[in-house]
Amino acid sequence: MKKVIEMKDICKSFWIADNEELKVLKKINLTVYEGEFVAIVGASGSGKSTLMNIIGALDRPTTGEYFLDGEDIAGMKDRQLSEIRNRKIGFVFQTFNLIPRTNAVKNVALPMLYAGMPSRRANRKAKELLAQVDMKDRMYHNPNELSGGQKQRVAIARSIANNPGIILADEPTGALDSVTGRMIMDLFHRLHSQQGKTIVLITHSPELAQECERIITLKDGVIIKEERGLGHASY
Amino acid sequence: MLLIENILLALNGLRANKMRAFLTMLGIIIGIGSVIGIVNVGESMTNGISTSMRTMGVNNITLTLTQKSDDNTSGGNFFMFGRSSPDESDLMTDEMLNEFRSLHNDYISYIYTTESVGSSTAEYNLNESNVSVTAVSREYVAASNLEMLTGRFISDHDEEKEKNVCVVSSVLCGELMPMQDPIGEQLDMVINNTVQTFYIVGVYDGESSSASSMTQMYIPASTARKLSGSGNGYQSATVVPANGTDTTAFMNLADEYFSQVYSRNKSYTVTASSMESMVESMTEMLSTVSLAIAVIAGISLVVGGIGVMNIMLVSITERTREIGTRKALGATNGSIRLQFITEAIVICMLGGLIGIGLGLVIGNIGAGLLGYSATVSVSTVLIAVGFSMVIGVFFGYYPANKAAKLDPIEALRYE
Repeated sequence: MKKVIEMKDICKSFWIADNEELKVLKKINLTVYEGEFVAIVGASGSGKSTLMNIIGALDRPTTGEYFLDGEDIAGMKDRQLSEIRNRKIGFVFQTFNLIPRTNAVKNVALPMLYAGMPSRRANRKAKELLAQVDMKDRMYHNPNELSGGQKQRVAIARSIANNPGIILADEPTGALDSVTGRMIMDLFHRLHSQQGKTIVLITHSPELAQECERIITLKDGVIIKEERGLGHASY
Repeated sequence: MLLIENILLALNGLRANKMRAFLTMLGIIIGIGSVIGIVNVGESMTNGISTSMRTMGVNNITLTLTQKSDDNTSGGNFFMFGRSSPDESDLMTDEMLNEFRSLHNDYISYIYTTESVGSSTAEYNLNESNVSVTAVSREYVAASNLEMLTGRFISDHDEEKEKNVCVVSSVLCGELMPMQDPIGEQLDMVINNTVQTFYIVGVYDGESSSASSMTQMYIPASTARKLSGSGNGYQSATVVPANGTDTTAFMNLADEYFSQVYSRNKSYTVTASSMESMVESMTEMLSTVSLAIAVIAGISLVVGGIGVMNIMLVSITERTREIGTRKALGATNGSIRLQFITEAIVICMLGGLIGIGLGLVIGNIGAGLLGYSATVSVSTVLIAVGFSMVIGVFFGYYPANKAAKLDPIEALRYE
């Protein structure tokens, strides 16, 4: 099976004072295969966010090797990282992070425009993607006219715009009530099972993690546990 | 990312913050508006003055007695003027003018002299009116478009006999002797501390001329010389060239002739100048002045630019999360920079366009108040548009660059 994420001895440390090094990640080895649904769990301060930033090519590891879709990220320039984020990763954030005063279609079209797609084609594709996440009726609404669940669905449509290898979801249900949270999780399961998307879910909720195929538990910058999840019953 | 997308994005942002956008643009509006307005008024003035000067006879050549420059090693003409005035022997004479005329008869329509005698009071049957007396030669009437209503102008005979005759304006006649034929009437005037009696031989149309020439009274040059006791000569003379004469070439001929005549005179010579060159230097001076004022007004543009920069910095801080999101979605530093520079340019260009409108209104009102018809120069407007774009780029670059260099992780985490 194809390896989408391959991390070898990834370390990340920050210099908090002249001689004080804070080691946030310590020799992380992690491999995610194509089509997997992986959960990364851990308490706050466990290095979850830092790991997510590195997986998402927002940050570079201090040492170690990271292959994303077969490409070595570690030595890349800012410009190349931008391109990697654009084409290979779809971000879904806890706080949605839709561009304000910009309607759903334009939000979804944005990554495609950054990829150089002509705006007419990008807008057409955006409408298709919104239809896939059941947002056909509210395509021309601005984010402030949408509910939390609707915003997150727009964000998910946006994350798959350039057909990336991985969807990286950072606490996607954290700001939602349990019913809408459930709906969003179902949407992820659907994308996973029907479209074969690789999904990395970062969460601190053990119940959500249990729905995934594999659960990786992080503590103090080290992977302490790797177990199989139950998977989602209905899929 | 497409340029059009960026422009739409910027307009969208401005629409969301209308008041802020307007206040930011205000600096640019006032700056561009005042520059355009001032340049506009200046140009209208220049145009107005040069057209009115042209109607006065732009082709006329003035021969003027001037001090020779090698006699003038220290200080300018201005200072020399007061120190020594020309002797009688230095002045131009009728003989010189006549010889000059006979030499270049083909090129010359008229030669006339005018010399201001001064202002005086004309008295007629105990009525008084102010007049400014000018001594002129016979040909003046033909050369100066003076329209005679009744009687005649000064004749050769008057000149020869140094007669006390005068030509007055219809306005003066209306004041002093309404409902009466003025020809042959006597006016008493004090000239050089003696009371002189002048006979009116002609009346010119004074109503159609400008206010300053309404009270002009013309007397023969020879009469004026007799009264003042001065010698036979002129400080200046005006030549009206024949139609189709090349003014510059003719001026050279005149200079040549007089430099020969005056070759033995140590301190004086006669130089030729035309109204055209005067108009030119006048126009030049006016545009320099209006340019200088426009530059001062341009300082307000810089202030406006700083305002744009300030609001861009605020906007970028407010939109830190958005910038982080865009970076996560794959925006390169370059495209973020372009986005914000475009936004600054859009603000400045919009402000510039409104400012141009304002400037045209100011220019029209200003030119109207000064009594000139407003002229708009396309080049000024284009320069203003270009300049507001340059301001956008210049003051937009620093904030845009700051936005481009934001760390995506910190930007995403920004509250």
